[in-house]
Amino acid sequence: MPDGFHEEEVLGKAYDGRLMRRLLSYLRPYRRTVFFALIAIFFYGILQAVPPYLLKIEVDRYLDPTHRSPIPHFLGRLLSPKPAVGIAELAFGFFLPTVLLTFILQFAQTLAMQMVGQRVMYDLRKQIFSHLQRLEMSYFDRNPVGRMVTRVTADVDVLNDLFASGVVAIFGDFFTLLSILAVMLSLSWKLALLTFTVLPLIALVTGAFRKAVRESYRRIRIAIARINAYLQEHITGMSVVQLFNHEEKSFEEFERINRSHMEAFKDSIMAYGLFYPAVEFLGVLAIAIIIYYGGGMAMLGTLTVGTAIAFIQYSQRFFRPIQDLSDKYNILQSAMASSERIFKLLDTPTGIHDPVQPRPLASPQGRVEFRQVSFAYRDPHRVIENVSFTIEPGETVAVVGHTGAGKTTLTSLLLRFYDIQEGRILFDGEDISQLRLRDLRRNFAVVLQDPFLFSGTIASNIRLGTETITDAQVGEAARRVNLLDFIESLPEGFEERVRERGATLSVGQKQLIAFARALAHDPRVLILDEATSSVDSETESQIREGLRGLLENRTALIIAHRLSTIQSASKIIVMHKGHLREMGTHQELLARRGIYYKLYQLQYKDQERASVSVVAPALQADPEPQSASS
Amino acid sequence: MLKRLRPLFPYLTRYKKRYVVGLAALVITQLVGVTIPLIVKDAIDILSENGTRERLLFYAGLLLAVALTKGIFQYAMRWILIGISRDVEYDLRNDLVRHLMRLEPRYYTENRTGDLMSKMTNDLSAVRNMVGPGIMYSANTLVMGVATVALMVHIDPRLTLLCLLPLPIASLAVKFFGQKIHAQFEKVQALHSELVERARESLAGVRVVRAFCQEDAEIASFDRMNQSYVDSNRQLIWIQSFLWPALALLFAISFLLIMVAGGRDVLRGEISVGSFTAFNIYLMYLIWPIIALGWVTNIVQRGLASLGRLWTIFRAEPQIDDHAARPEILPTLRGEIEFRHLNFSYNGKLILKDINLHIPAGRTVAIVGATGSGKSTFVSLIPRLYDAPPGAILIDGVSIRQIPLATLRRHIGFVSQEPFLFSETVKNNIRFGAPEAGEAEVVRAAEISNIVAEIQSFPKGFDTMVGERGLTLSGGQKQRVTISRAVLRDPRILILDDALSSVDTDTEERILNQLTGILAGRTAILISHRISTIRNADEIVVLDQGTIVEQGSHEELLALGGYYAELYNKQLIEEALEKEA
Ligand SMILES: Nc1ncnc2c1ncn2[C@@H]1O[C@H](COP(=O)(O)OP(=O)(O)OP(=O)(O)O)[C@@H](O)[C@H]1O
Ligand SMILES: Nc1ncnc2c1ncn2[C@@H]1O[C@H](COP(=O)(O)OP(=O)(O)OP(=O)(O)O)[C@@H](O)[C@H]1O
Ligand SMILES: [Mg+2]
Ligand SMILES: [Mg+2]
Repeated sequence: MPDGFHEEEVLGKAYDGRLMRRLLSYLRPYRRTVFFALIAIFFYGILQAVPPYLLKIEVDRYLDPTHRSPIPHFLGRLLSPKPAVGIAELAFGFFLPTVLLTFILQFAQTLAMQMVGQRVMYDLRKQIFSHLQRLEMSYFDRNPVGRMVTRVTADVDVLNDLFASGVVAIFGDFFTLLSILAVMLSLSWKLALLTFTVLPLIALVTGAFRKAVRESYRRIRIAIARINAYLQEHITGMSVVQLFNHEEKSFEEFERINRSHMEAFKDSIMAYGLFYPAVEFLGVLAIAIIIYYGGGMAMLGTLTVGTAIAFIQYSQRFFRPIQDLSDKYNILQSAMASSERIFKLLDTPTGIHDPVQPRPLASPQGRVEFRQVSFAYRDPHRVIENVSFTIEPGETVAVVGHTGAGKTTLTSLLLRFYDIQEGRILFDGEDISQLRLRDLRRNFAVVLQDPFLFSGTIASNIRLGTETITDAQVGEAARRVNLLDFIESLPEGFEERVRERGATLSVGQKQLIAFARALAHDPRVLILDEATSSVDSETESQIREGLRGLLENRTALIIAHRLSTIQSASKIIVMHKGHLREMGTHQELLARRGIYYKLYQLQYKDQERASVSVVAPALQADPEPQSASS
Repeated sequence: MLKRLRPLFPYLTRYKKRYVVGLAALVITQLVGVTIPLIVKDAIDILSENGTRERLLFYAGLLLAVALTKGIFQYAMRWILIGISRDVEYDLRNDLVRHLMRLEPRYYTENRTGDLMSKMTNDLSAVRNMVGPGIMYSANTLVMGVATVALMVHIDPRLTLLCLLPLPIASLAVKFFGQKIHAQFEKVQALHSELVERARESLAGVRVVRAFCQEDAEIASFDRMNQSYVDSNRQLIWIQSFLWPALALLFAISFLLIMVAGGRDVLRGEISVGSFTAFNIYLMYLIWPIIALGWVTNIVQRGLASLGRLWTIFRAEPQIDDHAARPEILPTLRGEIEFRHLNFSYNGKLILKDINLHIPAGRTVAIVGATGSGKSTFVSLIPRLYDAPPGAILIDGVSIRQIPLATLRRHIGFVSQEPFLFSETVKNNIRFGAPEAGEAEVVRAAEISNIVAEIQSFPKGFDTMVGERGLTLSGGQKQRVTISRAVLRDPRILILDDALSSVDTDTEERILNQLTGILAGRTAILISHRISTIRNADEIVVLDQGTIVEQGSHEELLALGGYYAELYNKQLIEEALEKEA
C-alpha cells in the first residue's frame, strides 16, 4: 500500500528519557499516592529478604545436627534455647508478622497504583479526545479514523500496564534485589560474590532476548494495525466487495496480513521459548555454585548449613525480580511505543485554532465576503484560485459549476475547516481568522453533501448535542423538510432507532434528516451543499415552500446541480476549475451565454422541445405560478 | 465445558500430532524438573554427614545436567504448544473473514462494526489464550502438582498433609474471586467497546461535529463513558489487588507450618535437614501451579465466553447463498429480467408490493418515484444483496436463486446510491471488479464517466490515494469513479442507482452520451430524480410506496397525465418561472 496510509508509525528507541519524564508528569496530580506506594514498596522489598534469613536461624540454631554454628546471632540470643519453644517464637514472633506486613504492604501498594493508573488513563483519554476535537480537518483527511481511535483507546490501555504494574513495581523489584544482595553479602561475602558470577550471564541472555523480541514486537504492531484497518474498511464496504466478486482477492490480501502477524508472533515465541529455560538454567547454575563452593565452605566450617540453605533460597528469590524485569521491559517498550505515538498526536499543533485576541461579534448580520481567495489542499495544487464575491445579509446566493469545480471547498473554507493560502474571508466585515471558531461557526448551519447520521434516534440526530432545541422545534424542522409524515409512520416516531450511518434509511431520507438538523439549529447563514440531490422533485418543491418564510431574513448559500433548486437565488456564482467564472442574476448569466447558459440549456433542452406541445397548455391552465413569480 | 468447546475441536484436532509431542515434552520437562530439590536434599545431607568435595562436585554437575535436559524440553514445549495457538488463531481469523465475506448486507446493518471488530480481535485473542497458554499451564499444573506432591508424600506424608492444608483454600479463593473478576471483566469489556464505538463515530462524523459546534457536547458525552469505564474498572481493581497478596499470604502460612512442624520432625530425627530444605523448595515449586490453577480458570472462563461471542459470527448462516443454485442451467447471462408478483419487506415492514415487470435483454428501464418509495430496495434485489421470495425474480427465464451468486454478480455492474471507495489508489478502485484490467482499459472506463482529465490533473494522476471512503474526492468525482468501476466489468446488466445526482448537467450529458454507446445490447436500470437522465429510456417505471403506478415510454406517460406528467410539468413550470424571473 503506497503512501503509508495504513502504516503505523514505528518507534525509535526502547527507552527514551524524554518520553519517560513526560509520561511521569502525568503522575504529578497523584504524587501523594505515588509517594505512599513507593514507601510501601520500599518496605515490601526489604521484607522480601527476611523469610530465608529466619530459616537460616532456625537451621543453624536448632536443626543442624553437627551444631557447628558459630556464636549465636543477636536474633538467636533473643530466642529461647529450647528448640521447640525457640522455633515457635521464631515462627509466630517473627515470621508471621513479616508475612502479614508483606500482605498489607502489597495490597496497599497494588491498590494505590492501580487506582492512580486508572486516573491517569482517564486524564490521558480525555486529553487525547479533546485534542482530536480541536485538530483541523486536513488531519482527518490524512489519518484513518481507526488509527485515531487506537490512540484514544488501545494505546492508552498499554500505558495503563506501565502505570499500574510497571513504574512502581520496577522499584519494588529493585529494592528486593538490593536487600537480598545486601543480606547475602553480609552473610558471606565470598560465597555471595561467587554466586553473583551468574549475573553477567543473565545480563547477556536478557540483552539477546530484548533484541530478538523488539524486532518481532515491531512487526506484530504493524500487523495488528493492518488487520484492524483491513477489517474496519471491509466490514463497512462489504457489499461492494460482494457485488464486485472481490471476495477471493480481498481474502488473499487478508491472508497475507494475517500470516505476517502469525509469523511475527512465532518469532517472539521462539525468543521467549529460549529465554525462560535459559534463565532457569542460570538459576540452577547458581544453586550448583552454592552447593559446590558453599558446601565446601560448610565442610571446612567457614559457613553454616543454614547459610547455605538461605543462599539457595535467596538465589531463587533474586532470579524472580530479574525475570520480572524482563517482563517489565516489554511493558516498558510497548509503553514507549504507545506514548511516542500519543505524544506525537498531542504535539500535532492545531493548525486552526482561536486567535489570541479574538474580535467580538456582537450581533451577527450574516454578511459574507471572499476577497481574492486562493487555496490548495496540497500545495501547490490550487483548488480555489483568486475568488472574490460578497453575500449581503439576508441574500440567497447559489453556487453552480461542474463537478470538482471547488464548490464544496468554498463552504469548507467559509466554516474555516481549512485555512486559505491567499486572500481574506470576512464575516460581517471581520476576517474569519480573527474570530473565535465557535463565534464563527455558530452562525452557520450546513447540510453536507454526504449526509452523516450518528447511531441514536431520529430526534437525537436532528438535535445533536444542542439541548436548547425543544421537541417542538425538532418537529417543526421535520415538518419544513416534509419529513413529518414519514417519521409519524414509524412505530417509534422521532424516537425510532437510527443505525450506524443511517443504514436502514433511504438516501433521500437521510438527506432530509440532515436538512432538518440544519433548520433546527436556526442559523444566521444556511449552507446547503446539494442538500436535496437525492430527493424527488415533489418533496423538493415542498421544501422550497417550507423554506420560503424561513429564508426571508437569513443569508443562504446554496449549491446545486439541479438548477430548479436555485431559482430563488438573488445571485448566482459559477465556479469553473477553481475560478469564479461568472456571477450575476439568472437573466444576466443567460444573457452572457457562458457556462451557466450551457448548463441551463442542457438541462432544459428536452423540455424546450416538449413544452411547445405538451406543457404550454398545462402552464396556461395553471395561472398560479405565474402570479407567484411576478 | 467440553460441550461449549466443541466448535473448536476441528481447529484443535488439525494439530493433534503436535499437541501430543508438545504435551510429551511438557511431561518430561516437569518430571525432570522435580528431581532438582531431591538432588539439593542429598547435597545438603552430606554436609552433615562428612561428605567429600568430590560428592559435592558430582551433585553440582548432576544439577546442571538435569537443568540442561529440562531446559531443552521446556523450549520444545513452549515452542510447540504456544505455537499451535498462533496457528489456531491464524486459521480461525481466516475462516472468520471468509465467513464474513459470505454474510449479506442485512447482517451488517444489524451488527455494529465496532462489535464485529472487537470480536475479531479481543475475543479471538481470548480464545487463543485458552488453547495455548491455557492448555499448557493446566497440563503443567497437573503434571507438576501430582509429581511434586508425590515426592513430598514420599519424604514425609504427615508434613505434606499439614503444609498443603491452606492450599485448597487458595484454589477455592481463586475460583470464587475468579468468577467475580470474570463477571466484572465482562462489564468492563462492554463499556470499553462502547467507549471505542463512541470515539469512532464521533471522529467519523467530524465534519458534522465541527460545523454544528458540537465539540464540547462530544467531549462531554465521551467523558461520561470514560468515567463509567473507569468506575467499573475500579471494582475490578479492588478484587484483583486483594486476591494476589492474599494468595501469597496463604502460601506464607504453609511455609510457616513447615517451619514449625518440619522443624519438629527434624528435631525428632524423622527427616533430615536436607529433606527439610527440599520441602521448602517443593512448596515454592507448588506456588506457581496453584496460582496458575486460578489463572487458568480465568483464562478458560474468558476464553469460553469469548468463544461464545465469536461463534455468533459463525452461527449467522448466510441467508443468501448458493443452496438452490443449478450452475448447469445458465452458464452465461443475456440479461432479460422479469419480476413476478414481487413482494418484499424489511423486518416485517412491507416495502415492495406485487411488482410485475418484464425487461427484455438489451433494454434500458428507468425508475422514478418519491424518496423512500423503494427504488433502491428494488434494484438491490437483482444482485441479491437482499433476497426476494423464490421465483419472484427471473433472469433469462431462470429464477435468480438458481444462478450461482458469483455468476449472477459477475454479469452485473452495480453503482450504488452512496459511493463507497477503498482507501487505495484511484486506479485500484476503478479496477476493483476487474483486477486483470490493464492501464488502457482503466483509462477507457474513466473516459466513460468523463473523469480522465480531472484524475490526470491530480499530482499523482491515477495513482492518487483517495482517503477513507474516498474522502479526498469531490462528491461528483466519487460517483464517477464508481461508475467507471462498474463499467469496467463489462457487465450484461448495468444498474445505476441515482448515480449522477452529484454531477452537473453538462457532465451528466456527456456521461449519458458515452453510456448510450456502451449500453447497446446491454440491459440497464437507471434510477434518477432528474427527467434529463431518464427520459431517453426505453421504458419508465413510476414507483409509489412500493407499487408500480405507471409504466411506459416518456411520451406514453406524458399522455397518461399521471405522476410522471406532473413531475415533468413541475420541472417545466420551474423552468418557466426562472425565465420569467
Ligand atoms: N479533502 C480533500 N483533500 C484533497 N483534495 C480534495 C479534498 N476535497 C476535495 N478535493 C479536491 O478538490 C477539488 C474540488 O473539490 P470540491 O469538493 O470542492 O468540488 P465540488 O465543486 O464540490 O464538486 P462536486 O460537485 O462533485 O461535489 C476536487 O478536484 C477534489 O478532488
Ligand atoms: N436496510 C433497511 N432496513 C429497514 N428498512 C429499510 C432499509 N433500507 C431502506 N429501508 C426503508 O425502506 C423504504 C424504501 O427505501 P429505499 O432506499 O428503497 O428508498 P428509495 O426509493 O431508494 O429512496 P431514495 O429516493 O431516497 O433513495 C424506506 O422507507 C426506508 O426507510
Ligand atoms: Mg461538492
Ligand atoms: Mg434510494
